[in-house]
Amino acid sequence: MPKRIAYKIEIESISILDEHANFDESLGAGTLRDDEAVFLYEQMTIVRHYDEIAFKLQRSGRMGTYPQNKGQEAAAAGAGFAIKKHAPGSWLVPCYRENLALFLNGLPMEKILLHWMGDERGNQIPDGVNILPISIPIGTHPLHASGLAWSLKYRERVMKEARDNSVVISFFGDGASSEGDVHEAMNFASALKLPAIFLCQNNRWAISVPISKQMGSETVVQKACAYGMHGVQADGNDIFAMYKVTRDAIERASNDMKPTFIEAVTYRLGDHTTADDARRYRDPKEVEAWFNKDPLIRTRKYLEKKNLWSADKQTALEAKAKEMVSQIVKNAEGIAKPTSDDIFDYTFATLPDEIIRQRDTMHTHSLGQNPSQETLNAHTHAGAR
Amino acid sequence: MAELTLVQAINLALTQEMESDERVLILGEDVGKNGGVFRVTEGLQQRFGEDRVVDTPLAESGIMGSAIGLAMGGLRPIAEIQFEGFLGPAYDQLTNHAARYRTRSRGAVTIPLTVRVPVGGGIHAPELHSDSPEVIYAHTPGLKVVMPSNPYDAKGLLISAIRDPDPVVYFEPKRIYRAFRQEVPEDEYTVEIGKARIVEEGSDLTLITWGATTLQCIEAMDNLPEDLSVELIDLRTIYPYDLDTIVESVNKTGRCVIACEAPKTGSMAAEIATAIQEHCFLRLQAPIQRVTGFDTVMPYYKLEMQYLPDAKRIGEGVMACAGY
Repeated sequence: MPKRIAYKIEIESISILDEHANFDESLGAGTLRDDEAVFLYEQMTIVRHYDEIAFKLQRSGRMGTYPQNKGQEAAAAGAGFAIKKHAPGSWLVPCYRENLALFLNGLPMEKILLHWMGDERGNQIPDGVNILPISIPIGTHPLHASGLAWSLKYRERVMKEARDNSVVISFFGDGASSEGDVHEAMNFASALKLPAIFLCQNNRWAISVPISKQMGSETVVQKACAYGMHGVQADGNDIFAMYKVTRDAIERASNDMKPTFIEAVTYRLGDHTTADDARRYRDPKEVEAWFNKDPLIRTRKYLEKKNLWSADKQTALEAKAKEMVSQIVKNAEGIAKPTSDDIFDYTFATLPDEIIRQRDTMHTHSLGQNPSQETLNAHTHAGAR
Repeated sequence: MAELTLVQAINLALTQEMESDERVLILGEDVGKNGGVFRVTEGLQQRFGEDRVVDTPLAESGIMGSAIGLAMGGLRPIAEIQFEGFLGPAYDQLTNHAARYRTRSRGAVTIPLTVRVPVGGGIHAPELHSDSPEVIYAHTPGLKVVMPSNPYDAKGLLISAIRDPDPVVYFEPKRIYRAFRQEVPEDEYTVEIGKARIVEEGSDLTLITWGATTLQCIEAMDNLPEDLSVELIDLRTIYPYDLDTIVESVNKTGRCVIACEAPKTGSMAAEIATAIQEHCFLRLQAPIQRVTGFDTVMPYYKLEMQYLPDAKRIGEGVMACAGY
């Protein structure tokens, strides 16, 4: 019998605005309008400042560990904006390095600071904002995204509710793609035909482990193909490419109930978190090369070339960012510390008696917890023994 | 009123909850066309369709994790994990996410999820099909754990679990799936989570148990001296367990034996014994006795009946405590 090819695949890689600010007119046509590009540049600049202030808050002891988003703003901007524009009300299921995507879709900016200030109320997402709390464990949350996507499909098919254009997008990193749950999430989404988008920000480092040690495959995205899922790679530092691939994925999810895997190729310019020192394991030349690919630099150059931006506008934007972020910090720091009741009150909708006793006495030894409890003392005094 | 087995009672509860609430759906391995490996979900896919009774890929973490997402999305998923030994792959999702989301989000995200899991030994099954890991989940803050011992409670507890706003692990003692029949009302009713049942009142000694071991306890009591009055308590809910009923009983009897299939050390029997000495110290007339599985790996089936506490061992434990 002649050999035959069992399966063959090609994966596209999309770049529209490259690191030298060259713009691909044919691929870029019909993506972001000028005003949208300006808006996203402004948002990325504000979030970059937010990130720097968060870093300083940690260094000055006003906040706990914080993972900088620096260098990865475009992936969050392009994807987050596509959701906001084409599928508002969709669920965003984040990791922790896509703050801007969350802010663009309604998360109050002080929530992220509050989270890293060690306060669960940072995860208390307001009603009507379809965003899950930041996920600390790596790669377990894409399954929640698959489940949410399943719930959207179920509500439409079984409960006859309007889904509008809602989909679910989850964010995770290259390291997470080694976790089994990510693969189970992809398989569920594909097998059950769910309106889900998996966005892997391949920033090339999982703390100290480089992509070359993380996987034997050439790309991350090719893993999605094993699940029969459409996959596309994009320049993660390019807002146009990220917008385009996400918009296409929304259409595929919403119209055809087919999930998409997007690999956003980017780079973590900062440390893993404020508790990390990347100089221990990264070549400074590699880091420097990626500083030249910074999404903010290329976007600004592009806008300047098109006469959409100026030095004056830049000065005004920086002043605005400073004022805005300082107000957000003030808001976050102004929230009074929770009382110890908060440790207990959210364990269940209705608390079991034992948890109420522990909350009300703040001790776990039983003596004194229950006023009717017999004591040796009472017995001695009563002469019962 | 129909006489039903435990399996039939569970099936009836599932049917009625799916009838009355279209947010309720079932997901798991082989739950659809096959009706589950124990046939607990038999006929449900035919009745409610493939959207509501869903055969998932063979991945327990995937089942648990996507069930969490379904619950977040406003539905009332019932996830079946085929055997308690397969909870391992789903452990992370169940304990680190289902159990914690309400607290993590300060009430903004809640997980009304029911996890059905056949549990325990005695059916001559292969490895990891016969364990009793209930304490692991009882020890996880944010989870409720129940285990019925009869068809009536099975139906009422399952309806409570499905309607509960928080995740409930519903353990089904597979040994008694079809062991006996009991009258089960056709009407909907609930058995409150957190309430034990006094199976038989007594005044000399309190015998506490749950799940399939309840039957062994009843058999043991049949063989005890007639002048020994034993109060038998079926815990029904493993967490949050009914401390008040236990304390009231032990304060009355002054003696207590706790029987279960799980390994002794760190078991729910250990927790209950500790609570009894905290609350009933002055009334105790004998050390609390545990009659449990051993602190070993559950043996394959040639030896499983020697592992499981039977009526004889329970009776010996009761007599030792009564005679102290």
